[in-house]
Order: sequence, then structure tokens, then C-alpha cells
Amino acid sequence: MKRLPLLLLGGFAIAAVAACSGKKPETTPLPQTANADSAAEAQRLEDERRAREAADAAAREAADREARQRVADSLAALGRTTEAVKTILATTIHFDYDKAIIRAGDASVLDQKVAILQTNPGLRIRISGHCDERGSDEYNLALGNRRATAAKQYLVSHGIDGGRIETVSYGEERPLDPGHNEEAWAKNRRDEFDILAGGDALRQP
Amino acid sequence: MTAAVRRSGGLAVGLSAALLAAGPPVRLTAQDSSAVDRGVRIGILYRPGVRPGMVVLTRRAPVLDSVRLIVARDIDYSDRFELITLPGGDSIRLAAPSAPGPSPAAGTGTGKATGGAAAAAGLNYPLYQALGADFAVAVTPAGADTTVITVHDVAAGAVRRELRARLPPLADPGFRMAVHRLSDRVLEATLGAPGIAATRVLFVMDGKVYVIDQDGADRRLVSSTDHAALSPAWGGDGRRFSYMEFWEGHGRLFVQDVATGKRAPVVTTGQALDFTPAFSPDGKTLAFSRATEEGTDVYAVNSKEGCCLQRLTVGRFYDNLSPTYSPDGQRIAFVSTRAGLPQIYVMAADGTDQQLFAPFDYGATGSSNAPEWSPDGQAVAFHRDVGGTLQVFVLDVRTRAVRQLTSVGRNEDPTWAPDSRHMAFVSDRSGYRQLWIIDLETGRIRPLLQQSGARLPAWSPRLPETAPSTP
Repeated sequence: MKRLPLLLLGGFAIAAVAACSGKKPETTPLPQTANADSAAEAQRLEDERRAREAADAAAREAADREARQRVADSLAALGRTTEAVKTILATTIHFDYDKAIIRAGDASVLDQKVAILQTNPGLRIRISGHCDERGSDEYNLALGNRRATAAKQYLVSHGIDGGRIETVSYGEERPLDPGHNEEAWAKNRRDEFDILAGGDALRQP
Repeated sequence: MTAAVRRSGGLAVGLSAALLAAGPPVRLTAQDSSAVDRGVRIGILYRPGVRPGMVVLTRRAPVLDSVRLIVARDIDYSDRFELITLPGGDSIRLAAPSAPGPSPAAGTGTGKATGGAAAAAGLNYPLYQALGADFAVAVTPAGADTTVITVHDVAAGAVRRELRARLPPLADPGFRMAVHRLSDRVLEATLGAPGIAATRVLFVMDGKVYVIDQDGADRRLVSSTDHAALSPAWGGDGRRFSYMEFWEGHGRLFVQDVATGKRAPVVTTGQALDFTPAFSPDGKTLAFSRATEEGTDVYAVNSKEGCCLQRLTVGRFYDNLSPTYSPDGQRIAFVSTRAGLPQIYVMAADGTDQQLFAPFDYGATGSSNAPEWSPDGQAVAFHRDVGGTLQVFVLDVRTRAVRQLTSVGRNEDPTWAPDSRHMAFVSDRSGYRQLWIIDLETGRIRPLLQQSGARLPAWSPRLPETAPSTP
């Protein structure tokens, strides 16, 4: 009795392959031109150009695939549940003192978030920028705003709709580490990522 | 009327104000003493570095003890007198009230001694003169609820002024402020200068807004919600103040009435991160900083009618923030990062004519923030990063010269007293961050609040008599 579903599935698969092969479109013939020499030369140049483009595209695609694979691998390594995805999404990024520039090492952290946002179109997030206690209290609100905006711009430049991302700044008002040393300050100069909506069932990229 | 200041050199004894002041005065080590006194002094030959001596007379009148103590402290904190503590405390007393005319000059005073002051008229002027006093102040009761403060001009040997006031009962919340107003009248009577005793300082602690009298007494919570608050700022009339609260990541501005405690959100704020409110001197306009994805810029809104939002700066690739009005309302000093690090700039109140205000060396001078224009319009105080810590600076508006005021510890967020010579700021010089007050003329510094975590102080203007309770 348990074999029946398997047999049925197999039958569907064969039918599907048959349907596909039957629908193959015919190749359109190249248009003929009067001047055979110039046409041949143009054809040759055109072929070369196409070959170059194809090679470039293939290389780009390979690189993209590789990048996607890296992100996917790193995500896969962390597990497949919604909680795991949330953990990755919530990973903070950090900044140098009085700077709002995304560090090279944090780009990959943001790439993971790009992948998650792409896989989960219903997801909306809020990025909050934070500062350490050394700067001016009120200036730090502006600096935290720059930090949140910098992360948002990164996500948007990688294809995420800006309408899905809110930015806020808490300046130095919400330190992660209450200490008064470089270690604490480095932890506190950060962007946090919170889910605003669509975080109930997150899919793994 | 002219009275030369007499300071006999051998009277170092008892010049300390320790008996009357809450804490011993501390002096700045690296203090620029070139400040010129701007105070008006009637009948005093002014010599830099020498302040007129002042005695606050003691009396056996327990009810008035608190009045005398508050007045004495206010006079001390005005930093305009050498407060003379009588040797042996109460051992030197007023002459017997009944003794007729023990002082040779007593009868020549312009202010004719009457009523409750008749007792004080018998002051032994030569004795107080010998102690180095130029003025003496006596607090006496007159009738059931009236207090008389007699201001003696010791050098002239006469009563200069009698100040009468009806003070509310001791337990009344308005008692201290009423006494502070009396203190300010003493200053007016002696030096012709308006005092700052009847003022308060707003500040933030643990995300809440508090207010405290300038003498460090009577701390009160004025705003407490679940939302963290920042950046309190007074309205020019002292009847209301504004501050910012975090609401779901947005910054919302509120204006609160001092008398009623009622508050209202400022329209158009709360959709973005709005912070650092600053009233225009006429109270009509509220300038503030707004942070959006385009960066932070200075905006202004009509706070009376709640309309007419105006954008004053457009810095797409840099930030503009922390506006502060000049007392004539014509200009706004603010912070801008247009040259990289934040520095102090100035513009017309409508946003035009933006230019650098406090000069700096590009690449060498640290970040400059938190400007506040002095009430007399002559200076802008701010703090600047010096070697990784913050110090308070003062910009001379006319010459655009900048001088560093503090050097011990981290010092930030200066705010001017209405006399433009005192300033409250945050300092960790004692080991933790707390509020301090400095007198720019003498360099004397005292703690305003000995509690850690207080910050973002805002000194009130001279406060009006208790506002009639509005319905």
C-alpha cells in the first residue's frame, strides 16, 4: 500500500518531462543581408562581443553564486529555524569612534541581512544607531542617526526596499555595556536590528 | 553716598563662608583672571579682585533663622561680596536696641529707620567697619507675617534700604523662592545689580527632568513618564520649558507650564527624531534639531500657534544641530559638521548668512558642541574636546576670541545664569559626573547637586512671581 504514492509521483514526473520536450520552440533563422563581406565581418564582431559579454556574465554569475553560497552556507551552519534567522538578523554591527562608516568586516553581516530580507518579503525592520559615552550627549543623537542610516543605505543599495526599513537613534542613552573603558565603548558603538513586522515565520535564505 | 571700600589687611580671620555655605568653595587652578566685571556698582569704588565685605547679622529669632540662612547663602553665592563671619559666631551682636544713637553717623542716613528696623538702627558701624564690612544685613520681623531686611551701609554709617516682604509660611512650597527674591533685592540695594537668587536649574537624571533652586535646595521632579527625557530648555519668561522624550524611537518635543505642570506636545514633532529644543527670546518660536535619513538639521516651529514649520539648515551630507538664540532673537548659534568635526556656527534666525562662529584649527581642534548664548548677548559658552576629554569654553561674540574656562576633569554642557557671569555645567572633577556652578569673574566653583548622573542643565531666567494659576 505504501508504494502507491511513489508510483504516482513517478508517473507525474515522466509526464512533465514529456510535456516540456514537446513545447521546445524552433530557433529563428538569422536575417540575410546583401553585402556578404561586411555582413560576415559584422557578424564576426558581433559574435566576439557576445562571447565577451557571455564570459563576463558567466564570471559575474559565478561570483554572485559563490557569494550567495557563502551567505547561504554561513546561514545554514547556524540552523534553519525562525529563531536562528532572527538571531542572524539581530546581529549588531560596530563602528569606530565618532564614525558612521560600515566596517569592511561588517559588510558580510549586512549581506546576511540582505539575504534574509530578500527571502522574507513581509519582513520589516528597524535599525537603531548607538554611541559610546565619550562624545557630547546631544551630538550623539545625530551620530547615532548617521550610523543607523549608513546600515540602511547599505541594505537599500543591495536591493532592499527602503520602505521596509525604519531608522532611529538613541545616541548614548542605551549602552549595552555600562562600563567606562574602551572595551565597553567598542561594544556600545553599534547598530541594532529589530523586527517591526513579518517576523513570525521566517524562512531560511 | 560714595563709600570707599575699606579692606584692612589683617582681617583674614573669618572670611570663610563655610559657616553659611553648603560646601567649601573650590577654586579653579587654571583660571583666566582677566575677566572684566560687568556688574554695576553704586557707591562703591571698584577695585579688581576686591569685593565689598558683607556681614549678615545674627539675631535670636528662630522663626527667621531660615530666612537669614537662605539670604546669607544667596549673598555668598552671588560671588559679589566677601561674606564676613563674625569671630565667635554670635559673640559680636547688635548693639542694644534701646541704645540711642551709638553710631556717630546713624542719623545722617537717607533711609529713615522706622518700625522693625528701628532696632537695627543702633548698629555699631565703626566696629563692623573695622571688621572689613562695607554692608551689613539684618533680618527682623515686623508684625505677624512681614519680614524686614535692613541693609546697612557700614562705611556711610547709615541704613541704606529697608526691604519689606510678606513671606509665605515656612512649609509653603513658595517660601524659599520668596526669600530668594528678597536676596535679589538686597543685591539691588547694595550694588544696584540684579541678582540670580530667584532662579532654578532644570536638568536630566535617569531619563527624567528635575528642577533645583540655584542654591542646591528644593529639588523636584517635574517630568516623569515611561519615556526617557533629554534636553530641557527654558522659555524666556521662565513660565514654561520644553524638553524631548523618546517615543518608539522618535523624538517628541513637549512644552510644559511651570505653574500647572501641564504639558502639550509640540505639533509636527514626534514623526522623526526631534531634539534640543530652544525657545526664541520672545517665546513664539521653538527651534530644534531634527534627525532624518538625510541627516540632522535645524528647524523652527511657531510654538504658540503650533504651526509654520520652517527648515533653517539643509546639510545633506553633514549635520546641523543644537540651536541657541541670541538674546535679541536675531541670530542662532548652532553646531555643524560641515567641516568634518562638529564646530560652532552662527546664522540669522531665518537660516540665512551661515558662517563659522568659534574659530578652530582644522585637523587640530577637537569637536565643539552644546553652545548656549549668554543672556547679555556677549558670549557663547560651549564644550570642546581637548585631548580626549571635554572642557568648557567661552566665545567672545564681538572679538570671536575663544578662551578655555575649565581644565580639571571632564566638563560639559554649560548653561548661563541670567547674570551672564555664573554658569552651571557637568563635571566629573570630584570623581563622578555631577552639576557644578562657576563664577566666571572670581573663578569660584561650587557643586550644585552632589548626586551622580545629573546632566544637561538649563539655568532659568529670573523667575516671575508665582504665576496666577491658569484654569
